[in-house]
Amino acid sequence: MPEPVLSIKDLVVEFRTEDGVVQAVDGITYDLYPGETLGIVGESGSGKSVSTMSLLGLIPQPPGRIVRGEAMFQGKDLLKMSKKDLRRIRGNDLAMIFQDPMTSLNPVLKIGFQITEAIRTHNPGVKDDAAKQRAVGLLKLVGVPNPERRVDQYPHEFSGGMRQRAMIAMAIANEPSVLIADEPTTALDVTIQAQILEVLKKAQQETEAATILITHDLGLIAELADRVIVMYAGKVVEVGDVNTIFASPRHPYTIGLMDSLPKLTAPEEWLRPIPGQPPSLISRPPGCPFHPRCFLSQGRARCREEEPPLRPIDESAHLTACHFAEELEGRTGHLVEPVGAGT
Amino acid sequence: MSSESGVRDELTIGPPGSQYSMSPAEGPSDPSAELTYQYGLEVEARSQWAYARRRFFRHRLALGSLIVLLLIFGAGVFANFLAPYSYTQINLDALSAKPSAHHLFGTDSAGRDSLSRVLYGIRTSARVGILVGVLSTVIGTIIGGLAGYYGGWADNLLMRVTDLFLTLPLLAVLLVAAKYLGHSTPTKLALLLAFLIWTQIARIVRGSFLSLREKEFVEAAKAAGAGDVRIMLRHMIPNTIGPIVVSATLTIGTAILLEAVLSFLGFGIEPPTPALGALLNEGQDQGIDKWWLVTFPGIVIVVIVLCINFVGDGLRDALDPTQRRVRT
Repeated sequence: MPEPVLSIKDLVVEFRTEDGVVQAVDGITYDLYPGETLGIVGESGSGKSVSTMSLLGLIPQPPGRIVRGEAMFQGKDLLKMSKKDLRRIRGNDLAMIFQDPMTSLNPVLKIGFQITEAIRTHNPGVKDDAAKQRAVGLLKLVGVPNPERRVDQYPHEFSGGMRQRAMIAMAIANEPSVLIADEPTTALDVTIQAQILEVLKKAQQETEAATILITHDLGLIAELADRVIVMYAGKVVEVGDVNTIFASPRHPYTIGLMDSLPKLTAPEEWLRPIPGQPPSLISRPPGCPFHPRCFLSQGRARCREEEPPLRPIDESAHLTACHFAEELEGRTGHLVEPVGAGT
Repeated sequence: MSSESGVRDELTIGPPGSQYSMSPAEGPSDPSAELTYQYGLEVEARSQWAYARRRFFRHRLALGSLIVLLLIFGAGVFANFLAPYSYTQINLDALSAKPSAHHLFGTDSAGRDSLSRVLYGIRTSARVGILVGVLSTVIGTIIGGLAGYYGGWADNLLMRVTDLFLTLPLLAVLLVAAKYLGHSTPTKLALLLAFLIWTQIARIVRGSFLSLREKEFVEAAKAAGAGDVRIMLRHMIPNTIGPIVVSATLTIGTAILLEAVLSFLGFGIEPPTPALGALLNEGQDQGIDKWWLVTFPGIVIVVIVLCINFVGDGLRDALDPTQRRVRT
């Protein structure tokens, strides 16, 4: 195994609210290896975004607080870095693609200016001409037609898909070594999603950046990710490479997620959701956080009482946090049709 | 039958052979984009400024006011070329003379030409007004910006200071200050006024920064590595420029009015430098029958302040981003 570019250990992030302390991220640990795409899946509120935002120092503090943990990046702990040092890394070695291209671009600034924001901030001496040339090149790379004209336009003159392309161009402007894509296709319609996928792949190839892909779209994961982390209630419940996870999931939550997807191949009248609600992050159930909704637990005392640790299956790199994972032997995940299938 | 079974190699939307048919072979990779450029379907792009300018120029009252204002201020700026006499030149043949061909606005009791004094007075008043507009905008933007961007205790502290300034009885403070500072030069007076009336701009900028702070593009800029100062200057101020410009404009009007009030009460700009308020003051000392000494400077003040307010209104409408509609 090569050295990980980013190594997160036991990260705990909480938010103080009027109702109590919300444990948004509860002790997650994972590594990101050079050049790979790591998918993080989970429901809304499972801590996917918060876990990565806290790396960049982008969660508001207060009410947010990083309780403990470390995030080693280029030999330094991102969580203990001074604001100034962190700023030097943001947009330079560690870049982010935001979820909603409609609100993530400043409406009064030209696209070209915003794309080169990161270049200008990190290279104060850069000439306007050179920056603009770079913006044109980046727009061309992400497939915006007529880039020479487009750099001088404003966000309202861009369609949603074009804006997301611009956001990607913005993120890769400084050739980051880690790229975080926070639900990059959620705000787009399906046909555009497929195009953006291609752009993302291309951007990744071009910069050779290790990518963290945060999404709740399993199709996107199947299409793009090399390894998958499944999160539930602020915890990592399953880790494995993408084929293993889809072929033989070993956590009931992962299986539930896959089952809940409608399939185009089978005539079905009803969706099969996971019963119940994600637990309140203020008062977690004791034991396994998933046990009230789990088809395996069925009143087993161990699930209620003992929190399952993340443990390897068959001594492989496939990890699961379920006491009874062995009982899932032979279960296959339903075939998921990738979003970009056929393109 | 054979004619119907012939391979259709054209995708026909309209009648066969019509202009709507398109051969699939020539379909470009991104048909919509290609068509757009090929047939010039794209609407000519306009920047926010272009929209604003267009809306402003369609606002007749505001445009008219702007022209009148430019003429009046221009007359003040070029007073040394336009004025028929120096503002201190005494004509002993025409003491307290009525308006005539020689002295269009008449003369005062010392035989000085009223028109010339009004022109120079405009120059003084405009200078005070614009200086106050700029200074108070800068002070207000800095204070409001810091308060809105950082929030928390910084916001609390700065806004309580702002409240303190807002509660001061303006006129009383100005009179006391003027009394201590003695008769003042236009610059000194402008500094004093700017120091007292930046509060409104501070509140506007704070409110706007508070909401901008939560926008995703600010977060995106942070993620790109932009620092606080850069975010405030490059991302937030351009988004607030509309309200700032409007209120700066209105501040100029307020400042000119305040300067007139102070000078009228005898605490303003030191004679013999003519200022519009000082001219009013001199005029009223010389009796009701010398109507021309009060009327002309008075009209000029009213017209200036009215025009500034109309221009401000026009700018407010023009710079409101929710108004895409252009007045017809």
